[in-house]
Amino acid sequence: MISTALTDLWYGFGVALEPHNLMYCFLGVLVGNLVGVLPGMGPVATISILLPLTFGMHPVPAILMLSGVYYGAQYGGAICSILLNLPCHPPHAVTCLDGFPLTKQGKGGTALGITIVAAFIGASFGITEMIFLAPFLVKMALEFGPAEVCSLMLVGLIAGSTLAKGSPLKGIAMTVFGLLIGIVGSDIETGQPRFTFGITELFDGIEIVALALGMFGIAEFMNSINNTEKVDMKYAKVGISDMFPSKADLKLAFWPMIRGTILGSLCALIPGTGPTIASFVSYATEKRISKTPERFGHGAIEGVACPEASTHSSVQGDFIPTMSLGIPGDTVMALLLGALIIHGIVPGPQLITQHADIFWGLIASFWIGNILLVILNVPMIGLWVKLLSIPYRYLYPSAMFFVCIGVYAASNDMFQVGETLVIGIVGYILLRLDFHPAPILLGFVLGPRFEENFRRSLLISRGDLMTFIERPISAFFLFICVVLLAAQVYVWLRKPKIVQEEKAIESAVPATGYSELAE
Amino acid sequence: MSGKFTWKRDYYAGGLMLLLGVGAAVTGSGYKFGSLARMGPGFMPVVLGVVLAFIGILIAGTALGSSEPDDKNFLPDNPQWFGWLCIIAGPVLFIVFGYYGGMIPAVFACVFVCALGDATATYKSSFVLACGVTVFGVLLFHYLLNIPFQLLRGVNL
Repeated sequence: MISTALTDLWYGFGVALEPHNLMYCFLGVLVGNLVGVLPGMGPVATISILLPLTFGMHPVPAILMLSGVYYGAQYGGAICSILLNLPCHPPHAVTCLDGFPLTKQGKGGTALGITIVAAFIGASFGITEMIFLAPFLVKMALEFGPAEVCSLMLVGLIAGSTLAKGSPLKGIAMTVFGLLIGIVGSDIETGQPRFTFGITELFDGIEIVALALGMFGIAEFMNSINNTEKVDMKYAKVGISDMFPSKADLKLAFWPMIRGTILGSLCALIPGTGPTIASFVSYATEKRISKTPERFGHGAIEGVACPEASTHSSVQGDFIPTMSLGIPGDTVMALLLGALIIHGIVPGPQLITQHADIFWGLIASFWIGNILLVILNVPMIGLWVKLLSIPYRYLYPSAMFFVCIGVYAASNDMFQVGETLVIGIVGYILLRLDFHPAPILLGFVLGPRFEENFRRSLLISRGDLMTFIERPISAFFLFICVVLLAAQVYVWLRKPKIVQEEKAIESAVPATGYSELAE
Repeated sequence: MSGKFTWKRDYYAGGLMLLLGVGAAVTGSGYKFGSLARMGPGFMPVVLGVVLAFIGILIAGTALGSSEPDDKNFLPDNPQWFGWLCIIAGPVLFIVFGYYGGMIPAVFACVFVCALGDATATYKSSFVLACGVTVFGVLLFHYLLNIPFQLLRGVNL
């Protein structure tokens, strides 16, 4: 099994190192790093803007590039947190707590250096996990019938809505809302138009690009316009020579990195828990087991190393359920899954065997991309720091243009631009009511497949709902759903200590005008 | 629970979900419902609509039951009516100018108006930004990516 995995990986490197693919991988991580640094731009909006531009491309470079944006943004996001105390990228919010004090002590360069080491270790472990775990999961998943797929999706939907930030009840409401938006368009079996209100453009359903850019683009800009603090560049001076951490720092950070990596990779395997949760959990754990917890919050190098390693390991591990089972763990994965579908690739266990070039090419490109990112970040740190000072008033109008042209390019149809605008306004209203839009996208992407499998499994069982319980694997998934819901009720009723600790850490993170949309 | 009734945002939130749910269920009931064994197109919309309405009631209900005060209003503390108007006007102008004028006027109008929404922006700074983005956008999308979008309608550039 291991030797096959290694041969496949070798093949993957062959795919990823083709000049054409390598170029797009580089482009992806470069753009990702860029939007990661820029406060107020997230990977979700960026991937949605780039998505229509990949329609004409071969699926392999397209997916390599879009994934590159995601993990590239994680490298950039840390810079913003450590040097400016701006948690504009949720997975790196917790890094502010110790990263910024380090910067104030003049050790910002060291913190960034440690971050890059932690990122590389975390990512490498996440990728290795994917190499060995994904084929195993696929073997299991090939046995799945529609009933199992349906129950598994239910786990994904419930986990995605209850484990995300904010009220779990509102999360579930947004998932259901997303499922309803997914229904818009012609019914797959009968062709009956649903929720189209006679508008012909809606017969094909809502465009995923329009939904993502409305929710994560326009709504986000409406939220943060004239609401962003002035960027304080006082401490943001870092040169290459500051970036190399001393031996003592590395020694101090080594075990926290390993622990963070392992925690992150575990979080990645649970659908619905993306890098944000992984980073908070690992910070809390590290603080708890530390011999000197009082140092945390005042510039402890462990408080940077652990959550960063955990974020990156979780980011790479996130691809496992998406690529092997077709169940996305968070918003970005939902978007990538949507990209795969647009490119005519059916996500699910068949993906690895039918599209080996995409799967193994992607994994190989992760290694290459991470190495490229380290190269990009160490010598060019001065440039990225300069980018931090681009004011928001130049950013968002340019981003609005990209939103408009991106949606237009998706189908060469002005109607889509209007659709995006309407979704954006709705998204902003939902945001003001404390609804987080991330589960909407999850519900939207999974919705049509969920309905299809639900119908099919009941067709097979002749309308007997017991089929979901009688089949053992399906029953197991349903059991997880019940546990997830029961855990929420428990937390709500008893308010256990660990949740309050986590809340305390969350409230310690500095507030920001940028809403925390992108997971 | 205090005796005084205070209006919380969660009532709006729950009410909105209830409304959406009922709306979906009612619209969905117009399609063929079918049976469990042979589901029609109306099955999912009705079921999901009912679930959403139920969650809406739960959201409002838990807000009613909890004593935690809601210190935020629906509108932010400093509502940015002009900023919002500018952001909304951007895509609208993009559509109108794109339809009748072509890519260049559409991009310029969109960026210019959006940029005006910022409190510190001036006509000059917005103009410069809009020009820059237009040049960049035309080069990238028209010449490099060949998006089928005429630069100026009626003029063959």
